[in-house]
Amino acid sequence: MKAKLESIIKNYKNDPNRLMDILLDVQTEFGYISSEAIQIIAQQTGLSKVDVEQTISFYHFFSFKPVGKYAVYLNDNVVANMMGRKEIAKAFEQEVGCKFGKVTADGVIGLHNTSCIGMNDQEPSAIINGYVFTKLTSDKVKELVAAFKAGKKVDDMITTFGDGANNSSTLKAMVNNNIQKKGAVIFSEYETGASLKKVGAMNPDDVINEVKASNIRGRGGAGFPTGMKWEFCKRAKGEHYILCNADEGEPGTFKDRVILTEKSALLFEGMTIAGYAIGASQGILYLRNEYKYLKSHLENTLEELKKKNLLGEKISGKDGFNFNIRIQFGAGAYVCGEESALIESCEGKRGEPRNRPPFPVQKGYLNQPTVINNVETLCSVVRILEKGSSWYKSLGTQGSSGTKLLSISGDCKNPGIYEIEWGMTIKDMLTMAGAEKTMAVQVAGPSGRCIAPNEFNKKIAYEELATGGAMIIIGQNRNLLKDVVLNFTNFFIEESCGSCTPCRSLTPILKEKLEKILNGNGREEDINDLERLGKMMKTLNRCGLGQTAANPILTTIENFREKYESLIKATEDEKIYAFDMAASVQESCAAVNRKPLLN
Amino acid sequence: MGNTIKFKIDGKECTGEEGQMMLDAAADNGIYIPNLCHLRNSIPAGSCRLCTIKMNGRPQAACTTPLTPDCNGMVIESNTPELIDLRKTIVELLFVEGNHFCPSCEKSGNCDLQGLAYRFQMMVPQFPYTFPPKDVDAEAPKIYLDRNRCILCKKCIRSVKSDSGKNIFAFFKRGAKLEIRIDHELAASLTDEQALKAMEICPVGAILKKEIGFKVPIGKRKYDTKPIGSDIENK
Repeated sequence: MKAKLESIIKNYKNDPNRLMDILLDVQTEFGYISSEAIQIIAQQTGLSKVDVEQTISFYHFFSFKPVGKYAVYLNDNVVANMMGRKEIAKAFEQEVGCKFGKVTADGVIGLHNTSCIGMNDQEPSAIINGYVFTKLTSDKVKELVAAFKAGKKVDDMITTFGDGANNSSTLKAMVNNNIQKKGAVIFSEYETGASLKKVGAMNPDDVINEVKASNIRGRGGAGFPTGMKWEFCKRAKGEHYILCNADEGEPGTFKDRVILTEKSALLFEGMTIAGYAIGASQGILYLRNEYKYLKSHLENTLEELKKKNLLGEKISGKDGFNFNIRIQFGAGAYVCGEESALIESCEGKRGEPRNRPPFPVQKGYLNQPTVINNVETLCSVVRILEKGSSWYKSLGTQGSSGTKLLSISGDCKNPGIYEIEWGMTIKDMLTMAGAEKTMAVQVAGPSGRCIAPNEFNKKIAYEELATGGAMIIIGQNRNLLKDVVLNFTNFFIEESCGSCTPCRSLTPILKEKLEKILNGNGREEDINDLERLGKMMKTLNRCGLGQTAANPILTTIENFREKYESLIKATEDEKIYAFDMAASVQESCAAVNRKPLLN
Repeated sequence: MGNTIKFKIDGKECTGEEGQMMLDAAADNGIYIPNLCHLRNSIPAGSCRLCTIKMNGRPQAACTTPLTPDCNGMVIESNTPELIDLRKTIVELLFVEGNHFCPSCEKSGNCDLQGLAYRFQMMVPQFPYTFPPKDVDAEAPKIYLDRNRCILCKKCIRSVKSDSGKNIFAFFKRGAKLEIRIDHELAASLTDEQALKAMEICPVGAILKKEIGFKVPIGKRKYDTKPIGSDIENK
């Protein structure tokens, strides 16, 4: 064991900045990270033991105890629950003989919950030893557990493959792309390398100017003007880096997954062009751990690009044009989708967002000037340079140029990926996705807005309803507060890094107040409190997670207040307790053989 | 070492040095902005969020806002009813998030959290107490850690290092489960001086040096005679 450990650490040159990679390899190899391993890692990297442990304990997929020879991570997000996750969870528990959160006594099977894994259009879904299983049924669960007990290999348990590159020589995955609508930018025909060739003959500043002229804004959700970001970074002194944010953790977003599956060459070309423009020779693709099944597929693309001289040294024969890309995996933390937390993670640390200023373009990865762009943004840039900024501006709206990938899921006939021009109304989107009797649409995931039919005429655009791509359609028969708002609030509690007092402590309090209302113990003042306290989150917290953690509650109070009020039973005069008095004293009364006297 | 920056806090004309953090500049101008996680001359944590101010209407943490030439003429609000209410709320959150029994605590009278509770006239927190089960780590020979009182300000993580520069304190887990852990191998070689420093750097009674208790009697402690922030406000 010691020898294997030492070889893993040596592979990363004992560099504490590569702690994430060291821990990932150890976790994969041994199924957990033992105290002996921690001792050796600390010794070799020069970190203290508690330093190593603070990183391990931060990420969902690192474990101090064995996760099970077969580690099942079952998605627990809103749409998974809408599509029958409860029955699947019950089936697992029944077949395996232990509850979620536990590993069987013989260590063979572990059942774990996990946040959105980016498979909303094919739920219920799970990740088992890194392999993705979609559209689970109770029968499939029985099959799987029997295979676990028989000691079969997990990849042998995948009997159906998905569409497109999900069934190819470089990838065999039980995942479907579900590309329902192709648009002009991401999914239209493109000859790999066409832009790179053009760019190599351009002045790097002209590349930046063209990107600026296109008015393209970041496609990850924040929408910062891309050209401006590149320009700021280039101006800053230091060793420049290009980071691609492929963490795609916002529940309901799965569009980057499809780009990585079908258009990985386009993405890497985008990173290379960005490198050329700002003077960077190194790129890092930060890829969420849940997409680990794409590893060899992506590595294959990188190899192919190197062979074609579109990556590596002397790209397209141009002296001094060098660019290399490495893949950095995450380990399960939504907050690492936040750019500064992502950088911290790339440096082997906990994903705690940094204080800004300075911004990543000034001091980012290893405190050097860094551009971080979303997957879709980098792909779009390639087409902009190929066809020109005027072409790009002809698509979309005045304030939002180009196209946007939407990942649509929930109560609709045709969930999947749609590439639309900015400017489509929600109403038209619902028709397009085959949704009827829609009660609400969750725009941009839990950190976005939950809108009612009176807003369905609004346009999908930065200037009206902005989104990184997630669109969850909620039908009339759903319990909005219980099935959606509570789930999303729990998500933010689970994913908070814990640094800032309000994000860490106030969100659980909001959740309890919400549950109080859901249990029928709420008063009108509780709704007002939720609003008052929820608004504080935006003012007080350091990063986007904390600032939007109360959005599920705030936007539904704004747009669906009647749903909260319908649960308020008490009049002003009635006494209402925050808890059930009779139930609370049951246990103690039983202990002394008394019956409660409360009615 | 840089340019002088001129700005206004709550209507008062102030000056500061380029690169200085707003919180320190305010203090130098006799304006106390409440804070719990700030350590002058150390990397700011920006964690407690108590020092939230408004700069031209935009909320920011004063401890992580550097003075730049753009700040010239900036209008900053600090002591507004809204911001005071937000700060009081944060203090209340910290109280209900832990188990803070002031009457029996060694730090009483020297405690920044308690001092701020008095400043904001906190009577009963508006939130239900969570009574979390937290424990005490008394393994180290010279110090002990009472997690019931820890406000996760990171002062210990940032300041207390081993002779070789390694972290002795670190975080563990995340979110509401976040806690501080001690590296006992390294903590075993803390000197008396270092142990005392760790206790003094902790703003609450979470890190205490073993074998001293109530050396200075209740009633004669820092905040018993002068409220928190008065050293700055009475400049």
